[in-house]
Amino acid sequence: MHRRLVLKGIVALGAIAAWPRLLWASRPDAAFIADNAEDAIMAVFGQMPVASEQIKLKIPDIAENGAVVPVTVSTDLADVESISIVVVNNPTPFVASFDMGPRMVPIVSVRIKMGQSSQVLALVKAGGTLYSTSRDVKVTIGGCGG
Amino acid sequence: MGKPIKIRAKIKGDFAEIKALMPHDMESGLRMNPATNQPYPAHYITDFVAELNGEVVMTAYWGQAVSKNPYVSFSIKGAVAGDTVTLRWNDNKGDSSEKEVVLK
Repeated sequence: MHRRLVLKGIVALGAIAAWPRLLWASRPDAAFIADNAEDAIMAVFGQMPVASEQIKLKIPDIAENGAVVPVTVSTDLADVESISIVVVNNPTPFVASFDMGPRMVPIVSVRIKMGQSSQVLALVKAGGTLYSTSRDVKVTIGGCGG
Repeated sequence: MGKPIKIRAKIKGDFAEIKALMPHDMESGLRMNPATNQPYPAHYITDFVAELNGEVVMTAYWGQAVSKNPYVSFSIKGAVAGDTVTLRWNDNKGDSSEKEVVLK
């Protein structure tokens, strides 16, 4: 009987410890439906980014096929919490966000769609502050519509 | 059940590099079906999670603009041979897929 009570206590403690993480770790749906970059960024982070030279955004200058544009974001910033990608001229600009735990090397590669030529932003949240760098990408064939 | 995730994992010094390919339509909901003149319904991966030995190390949230058959690569610090990496996705229609690899 006593043992069962102790076990219950342990389970309850575990649930409490997991609670803040659960709250934080949910998909920022509002960002993904926002039709402009600023609304999307504010919906996720509640702040606009400051430019940083410590973020490297690797993406082709000219994307021949907008349906598959390879992107790599890396950074020297310390205490990286997340890496996100925004394509300003896409119908819904917020493309992807990666919440990086402390075990992650701050580099991520992914392939994205671009509907048309656009400025592309790489956002890095580090130590509570949002930083960004951007590149202009020319798209020859769009990757969103028919 | 979604199609299986393809994983290539390699230990490179003090981190493990994980490359993953996920066969998935990633339909944006904007592409028109010429036969019906209606857009194909949106169908895309919304969440992608990476775990090391059962502990979440990265959670990614995606929208419609991640390319068809998503490819991602990322690296986990301090992962050693024998560690287990689990990748999992969920999509907006309730499909999911999960794959596990043991690092060598």
